[in-house]
Amino acid sequence: MTKKPMTDSSNHLDKIKKSLSRRNRAEKRFRWYGRMAVFVGLAAVMVLFTDIISKGHGAFRITYVELQVTYDQDMIGVENLTDPAQLALGDWEALSKAALRNEFGDVSGRRDKRKLYGLISSGAGYDLKDRLLANPLLLGETENVWILADDDIDTYYKSWLDGEPYAARMSAKQIQWIDELHAQGKIRLQFNSNLFTRGDSREPEQAGIRGAVMGSLLVLILTLMLSFPIGVSAAIYLEEFAPRNRWTDFIEVNINNLAAVPSIIFGLLGLAIFINFFHVPRSVPIVGGLVLTLMTLPTIIITSRAAIKSVPPSIREAAMGMGASKSQVVLHHVLPLSLPGMLTGAIIGMAQALGESAPLLMIGMVAFIVDIPAGFSDPATVLPVQIFLWADSPERAFIEKTSAAIMVLLSFLIVMNTVAVWLRKRLERRW
Amino acid sequence: MTQRTLIPAILFTLASMTATSSAMARDSIEVVGSSTVYPFSTVVAERYGRASGKATPKIEATGSGGGMKLFCSGVGTNYPDITNSSRRIKASEFKKCQSNGVTDIIEVQIGYDGIVIANSVNAEPMMLSRKDLFLALAAKVPGATEGELIDNPYSTWQEVNAALPNIAIEVLGPPPTSGTRDAFAELGLEGGCKKIAWIKALKKTDKNRYKAVCHTIREDGRYIEAGENDNLIVQKLEANPAALGVFGFSFLDQNADKVQGAQIESVEPTFESIADKSYPISRPLFFYVKKAHVGVVPGMQGYLNEFTSEKAWGEEGYLAEKGMIPLPTKIRAAMGANTRGLVPMTGKEELN
Repeated sequence: MTKKPMTDSSNHLDKIKKSLSRRNRAEKRFRWYGRMAVFVGLAAVMVLFTDIISKGHGAFRITYVELQVTYDQDMIGVENLTDPAQLALGDWEALSKAALRNEFGDVSGRRDKRKLYGLISSGAGYDLKDRLLANPLLLGETENVWILADDDIDTYYKSWLDGEPYAARMSAKQIQWIDELHAQGKIRLQFNSNLFTRGDSREPEQAGIRGAVMGSLLVLILTLMLSFPIGVSAAIYLEEFAPRNRWTDFIEVNINNLAAVPSIIFGLLGLAIFINFFHVPRSVPIVGGLVLTLMTLPTIIITSRAAIKSVPPSIREAAMGMGASKSQVVLHHVLPLSLPGMLTGAIIGMAQALGESAPLLMIGMVAFIVDIPAGFSDPATVLPVQIFLWADSPERAFIEKTSAAIMVLLSFLIVMNTVAVWLRKRLERRW
Repeated sequence: MTQRTLIPAILFTLASMTATSSAMARDSIEVVGSSTVYPFSTVVAERYGRASGKATPKIEATGSGGGMKLFCSGVGTNYPDITNSSRRIKASEFKKCQSNGVTDIIEVQIGYDGIVIANSVNAEPMMLSRKDLFLALAAKVPGATEGELIDNPYSTWQEVNAALPNIAIEVLGPPPTSGTRDAFAELGLEGGCKKIAWIKALKKTDKNRYKAVCHTIREDGRYIEAGENDNLIVQKLEANPAALGVFGFSFLDQNADKVQGAQIESVEPTFESIADKSYPISRPLFFYVKKAHVGVVPGMQGYLNEFTSEKAWGEEGYLAEKGMIPLPTKIRAAMGANTRGLVPMTGKEELN
């Protein structure tokens, strides 16, 4: 009798030993599956980033041409620089045209002249106007100025520097002029500050994301101001005050459902309610903020409820025990303790709203808007929309601009998500 | 967050809703409509804004049909002032406009746009006719006997026309929501369809059937809908030299190192051939203006003057630089005078 259990347990031991290596292998395999999954994810991100950065890095530098400009009063037709009526009528392009003729004296004939004027950006005259207004003493003087080149020239010069010149939109004359300028050191790449200081433009060399960034900012401020208080109040009521019955269950199901509704539907809703019923103007940040509020509300309510749930009941009971009223318990204890979780949820909701373009299509924010919005009622567009519009443009120079704008959007998202993680780490309390 | 901040926040919500509910007067022009005209009207808007120092017009690409719908909804600052269109206004749209109080509409034809069929520069250039296009891409093609229609049996270009190379038919083009697709069907496919005598005769006897035969594109995977983004089609052609793509002329103009346009009836798509109309697949571009808004919304007259100035839409203007094909000089002069003088449509035009 004593022997049998022995053999039994040694049998068991054998069995375990036999299976041990198999189970260890399975364990190892399982870990490798996990590593593979992480690797695939990382590889996808890497491919995305290298593709975007390799396409977009060129957009941060842009071609400038050095020309000698004479601010001739008669040529512009302006005598008094403080008179807006004169300024509006001034022939500013004459300045840059004269500078080009001055540089390449031997150009005659309409066609060649057109090609010559095509070397520099069509906005160059207005840039010179701004320069003159900033320093009125220049009137009548001559100076050397680095002038923005046309996008075709920019594309050609960059591709030429890389050793693979793209000359399909260049004439032989233009190529010769660029060679001359290059030999004299009068053409160079500079940091493209226009990309960050200007609004949208159909001329790639003048286009910037300032308008879109401002639009995104205005829309997000409004979205945060509306959705955070509403979302938090809804979450507090549902979690702390509402009775558990069929109605609150119904509301809960609906909130969870709304979080999964495709965003374009919120756009349609916004069009029907805010634009067609309340007559809010199209394309303004107010209507964009309202639509994105609807979209982020469910996310904020759900994360806020989770944050409130994670506050232990003992806190509430202790406060009650000290004689606090229900609302004092909530406002003095539960809310401050759950705020970090709520903030994290709000930031993630905001990041989601920042990357959204589909609902804005319906309310007219997918539009060509040059002027930089200064307030909630100025027409505006947002960063993802700007990316979409540039990706759709025929001009080749917009390809690198598109990738550059994507890089800016990604860096905003990375910053927001990092702040969310940091806030959680810093303010989180473990019970 | 206490009650003290919570309540003002909620009040703000309500206030902002009611404040905006009263319609605001606009200080900038609102333009909607065709995505084909969009690249041109945006350039004009930008130049106008910069030169005048006034607010730059806001332009949305809603498509020709969508733009017309918004435009015809009514008069007043809640509705757009101008709509772009890559086809002429339809009789039904004109009627709808009239019934909604949009009575005086100024029609402006601005130029032409060519539709090109292109392939990668690494492939042999194609020499097609509109009849080839019809036979290769229509859903139903004429069978052996007259009056008989069969499902499109062709799988290579050589089967369509013995002179063409022996490569599989694979055409990337815009989806049905696109105006480019409509124009391609109308000018390209219908142009070829008409060459077949008995189908042409059908136009008089059974117009609906004629349209269905000529405009329906096959759906068996030979014609691939590649989305509205023409840059994407160019990229795909570059990667696949066997495929052909359908898109607007300006994209060919900008990507001449990657793609080449097919000759249609031995005419190459160039700026000149589209302008003199020897290239057969080109369409007129328009915009429509609400006369009632001129003088109400600031800058309308200025924008119209800028658009119809020689430096914009002329043969050497900046719109030509962007790939728009200008109108012939005489028509342009008349159209310009008409527009600047704000002469509305009479309602007696022959609209479809």
